[in-house]
Amino acid sequence: MVRTIVIKLSRGFDIRLLGSPEQGLLEAKNSRLFALKPTDVVGIGPIPKLHKAIGDRVLAGEPLFFDKGSPRIQFGSPVSGEVVEIRRGPKRAITEVVIAVDAEVAFHQFEKLDVASCSREQAVDLMLNSGAWTLLKQRPFNTLADPEATPRDIFVSCFDTAPLAPDHNMLIKGKESAFQKGLSVLNKLTSGGVHLGVGPESADVFTKADGVNVTSFSGPHPAGNVGVQIHHLAPINKGDVVWTLKPQDVAIIGKLFSDGVFDAERTVAVTGDKTKKTGYVKTRIGASVEPMLADNLKHDHVRCISGNALSGTQIEKDGFLGLYDDQITVLEEGDKPEFLGWLIPSYKRPSLSRTFPSFLRPNKEYHVNTNNHGEERAYVMSQQYEKVLPMDLHPQYLIKSILYGDFEQMEGLGIYEVVEEDLALCEFVCTSKQPVQQILRAGLDLVRLEG
Amino acid sequence: MKLLENLVGKVKPHFEEGGKLENYYYGFEALETFLFVPAQTSQGTHIKDGIDLKRTMFTVVVAMIPALLFGIWNVGQQHFVAMGELTALSEGFMDKFMYGSLKVLPIVITAYGVGLGIEFVFAIIRKHPVNEGFLVSGMLIPLIMPPTIPLWMVAVATAFAVIIGKEAFGGTGMNILNVALMARVFVFFAHPTYMSGDLVWVAGDASLFVDGFSGATPLGVAYLGGAEALANVSIFNYDLTNLIMGTIPGSIGETSVIAVGIGAVILLVTGIASWRIMASVVVGTLVAGTVFDLAGISYFQGVPAYTHLVMGSMLFATVFMATDPVTAAQTGTGKIIYGFLIGIFGMIIRALNPAYPEGWMLAILLMNVFAPTIDHYVVQSNIKRRISRAL
Repeated sequence: MVRTIVIKLSRGFDIRLLGSPEQGLLEAKNSRLFALKPTDVVGIGPIPKLHKAIGDRVLAGEPLFFDKGSPRIQFGSPVSGEVVEIRRGPKRAITEVVIAVDAEVAFHQFEKLDVASCSREQAVDLMLNSGAWTLLKQRPFNTLADPEATPRDIFVSCFDTAPLAPDHNMLIKGKESAFQKGLSVLNKLTSGGVHLGVGPESADVFTKADGVNVTSFSGPHPAGNVGVQIHHLAPINKGDVVWTLKPQDVAIIGKLFSDGVFDAERTVAVTGDKTKKTGYVKTRIGASVEPMLADNLKHDHVRCISGNALSGTQIEKDGFLGLYDDQITVLEEGDKPEFLGWLIPSYKRPSLSRTFPSFLRPNKEYHVNTNNHGEERAYVMSQQYEKVLPMDLHPQYLIKSILYGDFEQMEGLGIYEVVEEDLALCEFVCTSKQPVQQILRAGLDLVRLEG
Repeated sequence: MKLLENLVGKVKPHFEEGGKLENYYYGFEALETFLFVPAQTSQGTHIKDGIDLKRTMFTVVVAMIPALLFGIWNVGQQHFVAMGELTALSEGFMDKFMYGSLKVLPIVITAYGVGLGIEFVFAIIRKHPVNEGFLVSGMLIPLIMPPTIPLWMVAVATAFAVIIGKEAFGGTGMNILNVALMARVFVFFAHPTYMSGDLVWVAGDASLFVDGFSGATPLGVAYLGGAEALANVSIFNYDLTNLIMGTIPGSIGETSVIAVGIGAVILLVTGIASWRIMASVVVGTLVAGTVFDLAGISYFQGVPAYTHLVMGSMLFATVFMATDPVTAAQTGTGKIIYGFLIGIFGMIIRALNPAYPEGWMLAILLMNVFAPTIDHYVVQSNIKRRISRAL
């Protein structure tokens, strides 16, 4: 398709940190353990129904568990091996299903489907049974895609503007044809179009993709967030259903159709200034991060995050990569009091506020730690959130409407258009240190379950 | 630092649950977090911006320091002019500054002492952290008082403003009306003789002032006699230069355009105050001033509209009061409407009101009340846009 539209976004903020991923593959041992985490998925019950018990063998793509509320969606194993542990959290909720991987990954063979000639039902069934379906996310609410629904559109953001974000051109390397194949599958699933949002530096595999609408976005973070792109292309209105996924997952779907295997291969960026060496690692969904971080940490007092520093999930040093994540961030834990830190910061830190002289050097990269830099307060400042959210939306009013629980107001103010990651920057810049993402999730759940 | 940290760590257990002084925890916590940004780590986003409310409020206090320092000197200057001694600007800097300090600092200490005392008591009773908002209010209140104000009145006005104006609504962030303006309005209506007339703006014993000294502010002069009277004041020189420099009688911090201007620059460069509000108040004032002047209905005969920007408390109110983020409008469009209407109403009260010539505190308080309504319509228009998009 001819690409003519360029959408320039001016509002937002690039948080420049030390430790962005170096080009090239990082030398790391292969992960021995893999895990699928039900907690990565929004809106499923805490105790999914397991197909396998400890000690059972499993092939890659073979179902591990499913949610009782949506029994058609199988969570396929990302690797072959032996189920060695089922970890549980509070109230016996299953948090991790751990698999010890085989030396050579063996795949469960599904039938190969010709995308052009197969029916939509066949395609959906193949994806549901193999686990590939779990890679599709549905908006509003960011839940698993509903197999009974036909999405209005499907959106894929092909660049990432989050702090220390991986370069999607690097992540997709070697998967170009599978990616293109995956796009044609997506076209089968939607009644509308498949939309790619590309950045100023996106490679040809994205910008010259066939059979899809390509739109170019430029601007600071969150320009790379798919939610922001949807807002500018075809905003989500009440009743609309759209699906989103990441480029690497499009390639996994493509490979499923061409080869009949669920090959959950994922290239991951290891980032953060507390790693000795940053770079990319080729592994699979749910990989243990231990081999990537062993001997690679500058010291032990760190926080490991699956995902980016704004909306990622904290994991242990031997924890597992999340189902949707393509980045591991390691930051210093900031649990030390700072003498008069609000007045004379002990080290330079990134900030949107011009009360710090750092605004004079917009391209400098900073060291950060995870300190809260202040305490929670009632809202005092206004229009801070608007500065970092390039959407026609009043985020502070939306958050307040959630706090006082007014459904109509939440709908009117656009709760269907945002998920946590879209408002993550608002939480970062908030002077009053309000837990914006947590409040938004509470609102989304409220509307989803009772609206 | 380590020593201090250890000391705080040693005292802390007494204030924590089960300690002897656990009821006073939030009083202790306020002091502790003032010294040390807590070790608390971020839970949602893993990193946070360095800005917090302490730094925000402190920036506003810094922005007020030029006005405070100039005000201290000017209180002395006006006193000596009235006494007929050391009348030149360059003479007796230390004498004037010392005299001013003796008048102003007690007011500042009273305002902070009473206000913070009430904040701590409320924090301890209600078991919530002490909010930093009063750091700003405590400095604003002295700057908008006349230098002759009795200290007990400062105390009562501050107490009224903090208790009725803020804590009754739930503390900083919840108040509807600007706290410092509540203090001024309290004095203005409860004790008008201390807040208006010609004699309150210059400190000192009025019986010792030189003959022919009236003490009238430029605003008062121009209100009664227009531009002509302004040009012919005896003893004082109310030309534009002096109005801008601020060597005129008035409330402690409001007189100097330059000092307030420095504060405005600090607030605008740091982005703490809204440029939308400041700009639209100025525009509103100029529009209303020009219209009233052309229509010939203004009490300020022949006074050009721009002079209104440098007389009285207009500029100070614009920079430090109208921009209060809690009580102003909160949406971008709302801020412009809010500021513009402050300019219009301020000028209506100043130029068309037969009772008294200063209107900014009332205009701002009035618009404080209407700010949520303005925002409501701005937000509703966003909601309507979203609904019509879906159809």
